[in-house]
Amino acid sequence: MGDTRLARVVLETRDVSKCYYLDGVEVNALRSVDLEIRQGEMVAIMGPSGSGKSTLMHIVGLLDRPSSGEVILEGQDVSSLAPNELASLRNRHIGFVFQAFNLLSRTSALANVELPLVYGGVGGSERSRRAREALERVGLANRLGHFPSQLSGGQQQRVAIARALVNDPSIVLADEPTGNLDSRSGIEVMAVLQELNEQGITVVLVTHDDRVARHAERAVHMFDGRVSEDGPVADRIMAADEMALLPPEGATG
Amino acid sequence: MNLPESFRIALRALAANKARSLLTMLGVIIGVAAVILLVGIGTGVQDEVTGSLEGLGSNLLFVVPGQYEGGMGGGGAPPGRRFTLDDAETIARRVEGASAVVPVLQAGATIKAGNRSMRVVAAAGNEQGTEVFTSDLAGGRHYRRGEVQAASRVVALGDRVARELFPNQDPLGKQVTLNGQRFTVIGYYQSLGGGLGGDQDSQVYIPITTAQRLFNLNYVSTIVVKAADADEIEVVRRDIRRALLPSFGDEFTVFSQEQTLGILSDLLGTLTYMLAGIAGISLLVGGIGIMNIMLVSVSERTREIGIRKAVGARTYDILSQFVIEAVALSVLGGVFGIVLGWGGAELIAQTTPVPTNVTPWAVAMSFLFAFAVGVFFGVYPAWKASQLDPIVALRYE
Repeated sequence: MGDTRLARVVLETRDVSKCYYLDGVEVNALRSVDLEIRQGEMVAIMGPSGSGKSTLMHIVGLLDRPSSGEVILEGQDVSSLAPNELASLRNRHIGFVFQAFNLLSRTSALANVELPLVYGGVGGSERSRRAREALERVGLANRLGHFPSQLSGGQQQRVAIARALVNDPSIVLADEPTGNLDSRSGIEVMAVLQELNEQGITVVLVTHDDRVARHAERAVHMFDGRVSEDGPVADRIMAADEMALLPPEGATG
Repeated sequence: MNLPESFRIALRALAANKARSLLTMLGVIIGVAAVILLVGIGTGVQDEVTGSLEGLGSNLLFVVPGQYEGGMGGGGAPPGRRFTLDDAETIARRVEGASAVVPVLQAGATIKAGNRSMRVVAAAGNEQGTEVFTSDLAGGRHYRRGEVQAASRVVALGDRVARELFPNQDPLGKQVTLNGQRFTVIGYYQSLGGGLGGDQDSQVYIPITTAQRLFNLNYVSTIVVKAADADEIEVVRRDIRRALLPSFGDEFTVFSQEQTLGILSDLLGTLTYMLAGIAGISLLVGGIGIMNIMLVSVSERTREIGIRKAVGARTYDILSQFVIEAVALSVLGGVFGIVLGWGGAELIAQTTPVPTNVTPWAVAMSFLFAFAVGVFFGVYPAWKASQLDPIVALRYE
């Protein structure tokens, strides 16, 4: 890891604001947000609901465009690109992990992981090789043909992480990745994310949970659409240590 | 994303909802089958009618009273005067190129033999009738010139009449009554087979003079003229006009075989189009069924669309996925419909007298129409799907 401040900036928001109308009422979800995410970082974006963290995540994840300001991805201003261009950029640069897993049902783990490659135009044996590799990285090499309904919550989330990884993205964006999981599965998922970060993958964690956020190296606190605090996490939790403290599996039920 | 990939995704989605896919397809299946079947019947009847007329030979002219302007009846004035046997005589005498002139009259009659009886059509002509109408005797003979002149009460029976009245017996020489008058059976014909020709099997054939007495008529309905040489048919037509002009003026019409064929063909063709149109409407309804189910499918799979968009699906990818789904439904339905319609047409042809003819043209048209229905009714739901905002779609429960 080392000093990430010297690393290349992967994504940057400059003076980004977002306002939209909800039932005719103007909502300023983001007000002049400046944020830099560097290669190899693990950043938590924190804040209570209504703080603008979801909106920021949508903009960082290229699912949405800012009302004003610039979003620079790998040196390119992407703030005014058309939806289809954003889709292509998402495909190549962003990997999503959602709270609700969001896997395609009635579709095998392997096919789910292949999905971004399908839209990225990767075909044939190359596609299935890379999807297998990604599933191996999250420890699911023996679950390739399973459907989401045949997997536990933690396993489903790991399939989702494999899907996020498979296109070798600039950023893995995890939105409350442990929100739907029991504590053991949650810790396992956090361990996978930390491990991937160790291997050099940039991880952005969006959460309202302070404990989850402390798994990151740096925490960005949002409040009322502004960044209220941005600094390193003081007492970082390592999921691997937590795992060691857990009672042996089976005892938790 | 490439097209085979879209196909795989679409087919997988259809397979996931088998019952629903099948029911949706049923609309198209019925529509396409109806088009194939009805057009098959229309074409079959058309072929049969024109075929049986063509069988008469291309050197026949039909002379009827009244004026017809070439087109399909109705427009002409009602005949002021009908033809008589004398008019047929006149044509026979004055038209050199005519090898046979047959005055024709048809009327319904009741035929009885012992305690058996049936309604038949009595078709009357003269001894030259065998030259203009196809008929094969199964036994006996036709009536002769002398019998026509003497208005003899002799009758030849169609195949069905012979079987009904004289089952397992030789009808030759037997006595029958037509409308109460006694006739002697002199011959009976071979069956002309099923289809519309079946009608001729239910006819009886008597001399025209006998028919006029029997029905108390003094006219003939049509005079059929056979030209000795098919190439001379226009000359014969002109000569007939000349022969009849003094007594009829313009109040008669000479149809050639071709004209008759053309009129019938036009009429039956129009009928076929009408049938196709009616069946087409059911295909359209099937298309609306597809649109309906695709709209349901899109809203059911909002989250799936959100996921696909999040991982990089472009508008076009989603659009093509859903259009292909709709087209796959309609095309699959089309194929099943063709099989069903074709099979049904074959079945009808073999089990009923109605002839059918499924042409490649009808198959291709209904298939293309089914395809077009899929595209047309699939585009709107697919477009709706492709326009979904990924953020909203992902949040959708």
